[in-house]
Amino acid sequence: MELVLALGIGVLVGSGVWLLLRPRTYQVIIGLSLISYAVNLFIFSMGRLRVDAPPILGPAGSGPAAYADPVPQALVLTAIVIGFATTALFLVVLLASRGLADTDHVDGQERR
Amino acid sequence: MSGGWTIHLMVAPILLPLVVGALLLFVNERRRRLKAAFGAASSVALLLVAAALLRFADLPTEAGETATGVYLLGNWPAPFGIVLVVDRLSALMLLLTAVLALPAQVFALGRWHRAAPHFHSLFQFLLMGVNGAFLTGDLFNLFVFFEVMLAASYGLVLHGSGRRRVKAGMHYIVINLVASFFLLIGVALIYGVTGTLNMADLAVRIPAVAPEDRMLLEAGAAILGIAFLTKAGMWPLNFWLPTAYAAAAAPVAAMFAILTKVGVYILLRLSLLLFGEGAGAFAGFGADWLTVGGMLTVVFGTLGVLAARSLGRLTGYCVLVSSGTVLAAIGIEDPAVAGGALFYLVSSTVALSALFLLVELLERDLEQPEDEPDQVFADVEEDLEDEEDEVGVPVPATLAVLGLAFIGCTLLLAGLPPLGGFLAKFVMLGAVLNPGGPGGGEVSWQGWLLVPLLIISGLATLIAMMRAGIRRLWAPPEPIVPRVLIREAVPVAMLLFVGVALTVLAEPVMRYMTDAATALHAPTSYVETVLGKERLPGPRSAPSP
Repeated sequence: MELVLALGIGVLVGSGVWLLLRPRTYQVIIGLSLISYAVNLFIFSMGRLRVDAPPILGPAGSGPAAYADPVPQALVLTAIVIGFATTALFLVVLLASRGLADTDHVDGQERR
Repeated sequence: MSGGWTIHLMVAPILLPLVVGALLLFVNERRRRLKAAFGAASSVALLLVAAALLRFADLPTEAGETATGVYLLGNWPAPFGIVLVVDRLSALMLLLTAVLALPAQVFALGRWHRAAPHFHSLFQFLLMGVNGAFLTGDLFNLFVFFEVMLAASYGLVLHGSGRRRVKAGMHYIVINLVASFFLLIGVALIYGVTGTLNMADLAVRIPAVAPEDRMLLEAGAAILGIAFLTKAGMWPLNFWLPTAYAAAAAPVAAMFAILTKVGVYILLRLSLLLFGEGAGAFAGFGADWLTVGGMLTVVFGTLGVLAARSLGRLTGYCVLVSSGTVLAAIGIEDPAVAGGALFYLVSSTVALSALFLLVELLERDLEQPEDEPDQVFADVEEDLEDEEDEVGVPVPATLAVLGLAFIGCTLLLAGLPPLGGFLAKFVMLGAVLNPGGPGGGEVSWQGWLLVPLLIISGLATLIAMMRAGIRRLWAPPEPIVPRVLIREAVPVAMLLFVGVALTVLAEPVMRYMTDAATALHAPTSYVETVLGKERLPGPRSAPSP
């Protein structure tokens, strides 16, 4: 499972960085989204990968070893919300730039 | 602040702008005066709260240790719940934020707050994020407040719209989004190794980290550092900064002067708390990187200041020189140098804020000719006839006032006597050349590099500002007297007054800065106060009779 997750994060970040360095705003925003998925997975994995372990204490407490670490899960939740909001905000700026400059190049003008 | 309602004063710098900003969203956009009044009232209240917190943080405690205020949000004790912490440094930064906020808001009354909706709400949210970043005691809330601050700044950098702003704003947003990802990765790595996010708890746990985890922790801290260095504008992570700051509307840019200092503040706090002398194998981690990076930033900023052709960009590069100087001084890890650096941080930030406002006043009437290039050549013949009359023409009053303000900014930024910038640089140079007091140990290589850099960057700033001042104020090709409203001149005067006040009150101010820096270099009492804070007796935890 660790290997699959690590590969998944690697592929997402790799594609994200490549897209981020492209000259079109649409590619940049997709790149940012991919990187944010990878970062969220990474935060999640920092709580150690556990299967069948709930993060919330049940009525029958059987020691902390039976539970997954809840903190990274809470962090991921916050990071997802904030990432979603900032991406949406960037989308608005992207559209404004497209409208003002008549091109979707990140510099607001085509390279000559 | 031991009991009663005053204990809740610590949360006011976050709650007040949040509530005011949210309420202003409901006020109709046409009732600008009401909005402005609420915004200004909030800023005045913040100023008072920050002053009260500063007084509290400066109180000597019985043991002669530093006073540290801890506020348990949700009333859970420190490593488990989240905390707000105020000590001398955070109180100082809160006060600086409030001091910059009020003039920027008054300046916006002139015309800028009419340029686009929700200026005052966004401004309040920016204040909330900045104050939160200064107060928070754990890494993840640092991220949250950073994002609040950035989200508000994304809105503000686009304030007024226009093609140039949207282009610069887009670059600004992408770079800061990527920096936020770095911040998250760094926070996650540190949590993965140590199992805590509370800064005080981290300071306890880091010396005990197993040797095989050392690399992971250092990687985490370095990645975290990249995020803050981007914000602080260290070379080579700062190419976006002059463009974005020059493109932003004047009151926004004046407030943005504090944003680089948020990055600097966190680097100062974390590098000394987590990797100070008590950190065992990690002691001094990253300090040389800060020094070298800071010096390279000063070099880059100095070259930029000399090369800048517009006043806006010149100010942007001055921002880089300022934060580079502070970064380099932090990296030396000497309390006396850091004390001088804090003084420099305050005086240069105030001067930069004033300069951003001033630049807009000086350049506002120059912007039109760019749109009509034909006009530039049409006036030449008329000008020739007037040439003889020009001798002895009195300088208009507006220009005289603006010129005086410009000279004030120059003195503060270049570090010339008699104003505070000189004192700050003098203290820094004195401390670098006399490590461990007068006649103390040998000067380190960082010291020998920093001394000429400080002097040369000051000289270059002076040359560039003088050149710009002569070109615009003294001998412009076509003299244009800017139309300036009183309420636009007053904020500049307010900021410069703060700069002068810093100079007049240099002795107590410098004492405060040195105390703050000394406390940062000995974080034991900070850690003990935060972790030892007991929860308040509430209805549920009260002892039953």
